[in-house]
Amino acid sequence: MAILTVRTVKERLEAALQRRRTRSFDRGIDLPEHKHYTADKPTETLPCPETVVVPLNQHTGETVEPIVSVGDHVVSGQKIGDLEEKWSSPVHAGVSGVVTHIEPRPFGDGTEVPSVVIKADQHQSVPEFTPRADWESLDRERILAVIKDNGIVGMAGAGFPTHINIDVRTKIPTLIVNGAECEPFLTSDHRIMVERADAVIGGARIIARVIGADHCYIGIENNKPDAIELLTEKTRDLPEFSVVPVAVKYPQGYKKTLLRAITGKEPPLGGRSADVGCIVRNVSTTAAIYDAVVLNKPLFERVVTVSGLHEITRPGNYRVPIGTPLRHILEHVGVDLEALGGYKVVRGGPMTGTAVDTLEAPVVKAATGILVMPPGAIQPAYERINPCIRCSACVKHCPIGLYPNEISQLVEAGTPEAAERLHIDECCECAICSYVCPAYRPVTDLVMEGKAILKERKRRNR
Amino acid sequence: MAQQSQLVATRAPHLKIRVETTLQIMSEVMIALLPATLFGIYLFGLEALAVVAAAVAAAVLTEALAERRLSGFWELIGDGSAALTGLLLALSLPPTIGPGYAAAGAVCAILFGKILQGGLGRNLFNPALVGRAIMLAVWPGMMTAYVSPVDGTTTATPLIADAFGAWEVFMGTVPGSIGETSVPLLLIGGVFLLARGRIEWRIPVFFILATVVTATLFGAEVSLHLFGGGLMLAAVYMATDWVTSPISESGQILFGIGCGIGTVLIRELGAYPEGVTYAILLMNACTPLFDRFLKRKAMGEA
Repeated sequence: MAILTVRTVKERLEAALQRRRTRSFDRGIDLPEHKHYTADKPTETLPCPETVVVPLNQHTGETVEPIVSVGDHVVSGQKIGDLEEKWSSPVHAGVSGVVTHIEPRPFGDGTEVPSVVIKADQHQSVPEFTPRADWESLDRERILAVIKDNGIVGMAGAGFPTHINIDVRTKIPTLIVNGAECEPFLTSDHRIMVERADAVIGGARIIARVIGADHCYIGIENNKPDAIELLTEKTRDLPEFSVVPVAVKYPQGYKKTLLRAITGKEPPLGGRSADVGCIVRNVSTTAAIYDAVVLNKPLFERVVTVSGLHEITRPGNYRVPIGTPLRHILEHVGVDLEALGGYKVVRGGPMTGTAVDTLEAPVVKAATGILVMPPGAIQPAYERINPCIRCSACVKHCPIGLYPNEISQLVEAGTPEAAERLHIDECCECAICSYVCPAYRPVTDLVMEGKAILKERKRRNR
Repeated sequence: MAQQSQLVATRAPHLKIRVETTLQIMSEVMIALLPATLFGIYLFGLEALAVVAAAVAAAVLTEALAERRLSGFWELIGDGSAALTGLLLALSLPPTIGPGYAAAGAVCAILFGKILQGGLGRNLFNPALVGRAIMLAVWPGMMTAYVSPVDGTTTATPLIADAFGAWEVFMGTVPGSIGETSVPLLLIGGVFLLARGRIEWRIPVFFILATVVTATLFGAEVSLHLFGGGLMLAAVYMATDWVTSPISESGQILFGIGCGIGTVLIRELGAYPEGVTYAILLMNACTPLFDRFLKRKAMGEA
């Protein structure tokens, strides 16, 4: 236990005051950050994987159709799957090589998704794209088409197609670029901001053009001072930009909490951020938009943070082709694959990511990180559903102000429809309620189950 | 391919939850009660120890039997909530009642106060108080006969015997239940629980405030109302029971106020000198109402 001296008390008070002054949202929780393993590691590349498996659905919406055939030779960045449908997003080849299979492959979450399997060429040439010097002369529709064509989706976990997200009917005055990166371990957004600040700013200007925004906030958690400093410096002469430091608190990076922290506004129940005149986009996505529109480069690779509480020889931030099997990445950063019994390998963050059931699962557009978590660092599986002791920890920490205790009990009792009155649909699935539950109840799982049941019922009734 | 089948693929969160279990929380409440318990045993002797031991053992065994958890010590202890119920009941009993009656009360507390209401988390009423209410109804004489720790003679509780000064009542060297007499020791435990975030301050604070105000309005002796009759034990450890008190902050305030007013009303106007038990039970009955109608707004709710 830390000894309380006058000095430490003073320091704590000052830290508390500083927190009060920093913009934030209500409730939420402090999590161990675990970012120092990789925060200062510049983005590197890994040897090219032998094969990549590119799922034809990495987004919210319809699965796209393959537009190549087995035996075809493809080059990096070539479009290999597309669909004439707004609610979809095309996919591109992550490497140059030959298409060997087009078939359902394990996605990692227990399901199989139709995928294009490409055997990589021995020699990968650096793909070249012709920059579009005249992007500023493109009209709104054309920019949206370019964004769709290059397969840009939300890269922070949701995978929502960007061309739908920013296709607004009315002018949206405020753009918020989300550099909060509030989940523990993850540093890929941090590296993008530090290494590709110009692309982030350029991407933000493109989105602002499309939605008609006249101001752009870049929200960054206080634990990334270098990113805050650099972006502040780079936007010094751009009056329409403000870099806003926000408190380190989970889930600061959820769009509605960040929106609340920066503007003080709350979208109405069932509404979207656009209803209060804001669009929120993640920094990596924003940089990808710049790449698509200005550099003419599709989303066929991304930066992932490889970290975790397991001994990893080379934890870091790696730029890898979309479709790279997790096995390939872990092998090259020094993880003994034979020793992973009882481990979790997480694609995404520790609070919202997917613990994959196979290392053949690919890196997808929305994969922010790959985390290796040893048995001692994860919670054991729920053996049964314990009773709620009404301690109200979940109620105190819920960032949306819901009653996860009551919602989870209604779902448990088989009456999820009764939870609609408690706004079950507003849940952002941040998993805090499970994390804080002393009774060890799978609160988040129950809420998500209830949401899924209600969604399915609505779909059937339609 | 062997290692793949061994990957754990359960849902998020993928971090270990805060190392804090129901058993740990219940244990902390029992630790908070330890000073008052030891003081009670010091004051009233081995008789008191036998009552505490009997009530705790009977409560733990009753729940373990009902839930068929009998395959070992920790299995028997379970989440620790039954032991806490037994302890709270024992501390509210007169030391002279004897282990047999204490055990019978603990069985009633767990059976009628908890198991038959659906088990932990589903009970509407505080189990220890249910047990105590049943005992008050069945053995009213024994439940209100107290031994003076000074001379060993049987007296009534200081609430009706005017023989004790406020200071004695505050310090707890007066006849009373095993664990209810020493206000400072009960408060020390209460501060510990507050610091650990195990109880909410609103319920005890408004309970006590309402007691003071109502007693003043009645022109009664405020210090006796406050420091006697197990009010501190009840306000800090029983009314704050998570399961049976409201979750919303405004609900907790109303709950505390209701407990305070009810206690003084029953004491001044009712047939029993001890109103705490029934006041809290009545407010327990109102908890679902508070929880239902005093909900905070969700983000974006108009």
